[in-house]
Amino acid sequence: MPNKTFFWFFLPTGLAMILFIGLPIISTGIQSFYAQHDQVVKEVKKCDPFGCTVSIVVDNEETSKIREAKPLGKFNGFGTYTDRNHLAVDEIKKFWNETESFGAFIDQVTNLPFYKALIFTLTYCLFVTPNVLLLGFIIALSLNAVARKIRGPLIFGTILPMIVTPLVGSLVLFWMIDSQGIIGANIQNLMNDPYLSLKSSKTLTWITIIIYGIWHHSPFAFVVFYAALQTVPQEPIEAAIIDGASRFQRIKHIVLPHIYPVVTFVALISLMDNFRVFEPIIGFSAEGSAQSLSWLIYDNLVNEEVILFGSAAATSMMTIIGIAILLAPVLIRTWKEFKTAR
Amino acid sequence: MRKILVTLLFLLFGTSAFADCNIKSGSINILANDFPALRTFVETSKQCKGSADFKVTHSSEHNKIAVPALTANPSEFSARIAANSSIVPLMNQDLIRPLDDLVKKYGKGIQDSQLITIDGKVMAVAFMANTQHLYYREDVLKDLGIAIPKTYEEVVAASEKIRASGKMQYPYAAAYKAGWNLAEEFVNMFIGHGGEFFKSGSAEPNINNAKGVATLNMLKKLSELSNPDYLTHDSEAIKVEWESGNVALMTLWASRSGTLLDDEGDPNITKATKLTGPATVGGGNIPAATLWWDGFTLAKNRSDADAEATFRALAHAASNKKMVADAADQAVWLVEGFVPGPKSIGVIEAVKMGAKPYPMLPQMGLMHGALGSEIVEFLQGKESAEQALKDVEAAYISKAKEQGFL
Repeated sequence: MPNKTFFWFFLPTGLAMILFIGLPIISTGIQSFYAQHDQVVKEVKKCDPFGCTVSIVVDNEETSKIREAKPLGKFNGFGTYTDRNHLAVDEIKKFWNETESFGAFIDQVTNLPFYKALIFTLTYCLFVTPNVLLLGFIIALSLNAVARKIRGPLIFGTILPMIVTPLVGSLVLFWMIDSQGIIGANIQNLMNDPYLSLKSSKTLTWITIIIYGIWHHSPFAFVVFYAALQTVPQEPIEAAIIDGASRFQRIKHIVLPHIYPVVTFVALISLMDNFRVFEPIIGFSAEGSAQSLSWLIYDNLVNEEVILFGSAAATSMMTIIGIAILLAPVLIRTWKEFKTAR
Repeated sequence: MRKILVTLLFLLFGTSAFADCNIKSGSINILANDFPALRTFVETSKQCKGSADFKVTHSSEHNKIAVPALTANPSEFSARIAANSSIVPLMNQDLIRPLDDLVKKYGKGIQDSQLITIDGKVMAVAFMANTQHLYYREDVLKDLGIAIPKTYEEVVAASEKIRASGKMQYPYAAAYKAGWNLAEEFVNMFIGHGGEFFKSGSAEPNINNAKGVATLNMLKKLSELSNPDYLTHDSEAIKVEWESGNVALMTLWASRSGTLLDDEGDPNITKATKLTGPATVGGGNIPAATLWWDGFTLAKNRSDADAEATFRALAHAASNKKMVADAADQAVWLVEGFVPGPKSIGVIEAVKMGAKPYPMLPQMGLMHGALGSEIVEFLQGKESAEQALKDVEAAYISKAKEQGFL
């Protein structure tokens, strides 16, 4: 495609991307460098049906004056990024100096909200992404091998987890793993432990969420792989069969190299999706045991009666950076291949 | 034909609007939480809407909508039904208007005790009170010869006895869901221990002390007597536990008593469900509970005409003797003419015992938020009480600094 045609072809999408993705990210970035102005409070008498007390309120007159002068707030630089609820630079230095063993240091660091969330997010990515790729590929291969007649209904059944809204899917599973639910009760029977609860233990909650993640994301990998499998040329495969290659060898040496770009694509998308894991935490009411970066943003924006825009913006920016870091190796590799291909 | 229809319709509506307050214009749009008493309240105010436009949004997610919706100019809602805690963000952002003039002009039936005044200005009109208090199963306690618990120490002892008897494995329940609910339980218990959340006159946290540790230890003891899934249980979930007969002692909102004692569910459990005041803790004499009011506030960013129409409609409900008589078991109404029924025992006892209201402080929401996530690991047995309290304070301080309170 000539560059000029490409430009006109891409323009509407590009504009929409700038408007709805680029600008909001820039605005979030700017916001993350600001904190609220110092609150001007005053002591007043408050009366309610239960009596009167003297306590403090925000002085709105004074506050609105300051706000009008500087509507963005107080410039805070990287202050929000480095505070305890984010990168916790000072705390980490302190822990490093105070703790005696490396294990104790790690314990202290993983007790900080941002790192706690980061570890869960990374663990989730690390387990879900490869398993999604593997499972999706296996399902695609198996479905590709079954008779055409029953393929349609089978494909529909397979992509069902993706059709079900994540929140609904996780809620269904949440009720099933309840100690009185079908899975929960059976596991109790199986383990012969009537007090076993999947929801109360941190490890079991993590495992549940990860399994849910694999269940929910595999259909996507399957659909893409299945489509890619349809493009695998039959001649080399037939030739390989004649040469006596086993099924495994055929997949390894012909199918996989052929659909390799698609695998990269699915890996990228899946990593990005998994890094933003959020719905299952809400669906499983797992806030106590598992927190992800996206959940932290949500928490800052809605769980407090006071909305912490700066905190939420800082975490958002760090999530974007985190995704970029995760994707970097794959992107660099693709870029290099692209260049050598030319 | 069409004329006849219109006339008929007119007659129909004309007769049903029996309590017309003669509101001629303006538009009314209310944001409220979603539970039966508030629905009754809003319905009552609708009866007198006259020719004004009337809209209402009942949502349990009201807290998340309120500030953005009222910040817009003109505001999406002309009124917001708020409580002690949810009025604070509205005050912090200067989103609600003083009601003095309107109260003087249209608030005839409203009692002085219903007025929430801040710095001498009426900012809200309360119409119902709420608190968390104890519920118990009379049959279970009687069988085992247990007296009705008055303190949380007695609740623990009673629960242990019930567990030992083999009747129930997890005899106690309270809404310990990580987040807002769990933090609310901490707030109650901490106040019961006589704690103050902030150093006097400042926004410096003040929970990492003996009272805080005692609070956490009591919460932990209670959690060990609850269903192991307690960190995922909110008020609705423990209500279900109660109705399935798994629980004999429970701390729950007074406003939920109506649904617990209704005709749905096992009649034997409903019959044995009894209410009592909130418990005290640690030898304190004030209950480990907070008092709450629900009241209405008016948006600042809305025309005076709308504010007037809204106030008149809501004031009609907030002074409606018929409503409080008809819906006496839905809530503890603060409206004149309310005769407390058996379902209001909890709140009335709490007031008698001198329970404190939930702290209406600008930075309290941040403390509540920090508590909800940082004490979880202590309950799971992963860290010490001191460490958990240290974490709460540290998390709070970071947030308070960002918000400019420190």
